[in-house]
Amino acid sequence: MNERAGDTVNFDNVGLRYGTEPEVLSDLSFTLFPGSFYFLTGASGAGKTSLLKLLYLAQRPSRGGIRMFGKDMITLPREQLPTYRRRLGVVFQDFRLVKHLTAFDNVALPLRLASVPESELQKPVDDMLDWVGLSHRVKARPATMSGGEQQRVAIARAVIGRPDMLIADEPTGNVDPEMALKLLRLFEALNRLGTTVVVATHDVHLLKKVPESLIMRLNKGRLTDPTGALKFPPRSTGPMGGGQ
Amino acid sequence: MSTPPFATELADNTPAKAPGPLKGSAAALLVPQARLSGPIPWVIAIMIALVVIAAAGGLALNNLTGNARAELSGAVTIQITEANETLRKQKAATAAEVLTAQDIVASLRVVPEEELDEMLRPWLGDGAGNQDLPIPALIDVQLSSASGPQEIARLQAALDADVPGARVDAQSEWLQPVYSALSSLQYLALALIALLTFACAAAVWLAARSAFSNHKETVEIMHLLGGTDAQITRIFQRSVVRDAAFGGLVGLGLGAGAVWLLGRQFAALDSGMVAGGVLGMSDWIIIALIPLAGVALALITGRYTILIALRRML
Ligand SMILES: Nc1ncnc2c1ncn2[C@@H]1O[C@H](COP(=O)(O)OP(=O)(O)OP(=O)(O)O)[C@@H](O)[C@H]1O
Ligand SMILES: [Mg+2]
Repeated sequence: MNERAGDTVNFDNVGLRYGTEPEVLSDLSFTLFPGSFYFLTGASGAGKTSLLKLLYLAQRPSRGGIRMFGKDMITLPREQLPTYRRRLGVVFQDFRLVKHLTAFDNVALPLRLASVPESELQKPVDDMLDWVGLSHRVKARPATMSGGEQQRVAIARAVIGRPDMLIADEPTGNVDPEMALKLLRLFEALNRLGTTVVVATHDVHLLKKVPESLIMRLNKGRLTDPTGALKFPPRSTGPMGGGQ
Repeated sequence: MSTPPFATELADNTPAKAPGPLKGSAAALLVPQARLSGPIPWVIAIMIALVVIAAAGGLALNNLTGNARAELSGAVTIQITEANETLRKQKAATAAEVLTAQDIVASLRVVPEEELDEMLRPWLGDGAGNQDLPIPALIDVQLSSASGPQEIARLQAALDADVPGARVDAQSEWLQPVYSALSSLQYLALALIALLTFACAAAVWLAARSAFSNHKETVEIMHLLGGTDAQITRIFQRSVVRDAAFGGLVGLGLGAGAVWLLGRQFAALDSGMVAGGVLGMSDWIIIALIPLAGVALALITGRYTILIALRRML
């Protein structure tokens, strides 16, 4: 069992600016509780991707404090970042598949980086590609795949290692509603295994599909909390996140 | 609904321990390479060839001076200037006796006049045997020790009493300018090797940087998926080492070939001095190690180039 002691994520008065531009994120203070399912919504340009970048450790904030898995991410030395990144699964808005790798090798990449032996990764990768409906595209490279197919490879890569936290940026933007629902079930299954899930989307229909989800809304870089859930531990989480 | 086929939980497999390097095939996939990445292996080959030639030259010079010095260090020449031929022969005989009595003299040889005439003929023509042109008598003496100023003075003193007009010269003395010229050449060879080493490192640095920027996107993705600097560096290291190994082998072939041809040409001169500069087994071993040193240099340069580039990323 992982140490899930403390909150998965804690933002304290975080601000982010790119270069000398005005802040794109301001005064963000919130807590993400272990094993919960969050949606992050907001208009285009509201700062969803920017907030997720802070979460998946691709960006350091301009100000404020960020704790993840009980550790201060601001003072964390650079060399220790990979340890924490390996606990995350990320679906990037622009997929970020390695161009010259096949679907199989892209999905296998996080496992290989974590030194999983080849003999142990063959079957899970094949099975996961099968599950997202890409068993016929195992050997295809990203350039030859449709947007929806690439997105599913990106999702398979994010969930394959059963991360402690899944961060998905518009993960259903390129697939039909039926596939979108199927992918959402994938995230829910992962969530039931204890993974904290954060999905950024501006598809309001999606929000209703996960009844127990909590909603964070970004408006011009500021967070509003329509359900009030960010301030208190969610009631409905099981033994994983309860008893804080 | 069936549970999706997640792999084993990574966080459980990988506690604080850093993951190991990527397996060969996985690493090769991540940074695919054309057979040889551009001109760099050839640049390295040329550098290594030049280093091999410079090193071979330096080593040959070293052998040459070493041999000559060893041969000449105990050699002394006695010159007896005397116009009268009979007297000259007499004096030479006396000098030989005096010298033989000295315990530091290992052996000596009075150089016969015909030999001297023969030696001088190219300069003096047929007049070499002419009695009007007195030639000094020469005695080659081999000392049992090196011919330092002390030994020279001792021989001179011993001769002065019985053989007036005899002059003792250490052969190494009049070769001194040759020695200093040879050692300057050796320093030149060393300086050339240092410059080439520097140029080689610069070439590898450029190659590593361009490989890195060509694959920046892949590197970023690896970073975001939790790849460590060590894992990423090692992938680039592989290709740098392969290029350097290719360049090293080709360079060694070219350089050693050139050295061998030059060696044959010098051997054809059939000069005693040049023969002293022949490369021995240990010299060839040193030359064979040059490509290895090149690969090591490339490895270190490439490694630090990539590590420094990575430091700039979060
Ligand atoms: N690398 C960057 N440099 C400068 N400005 C940036 C950068 N990335 C984002 N921005 C700016 O930050 C703001 C928020 O962008 P962000 O990508 O976070 O929005 P978003 O909510 O994800 O939008 P979308 O729904 O269209 O993906 C935008 O005004 C954008 O122009
Ligand atoms: Mg976005």
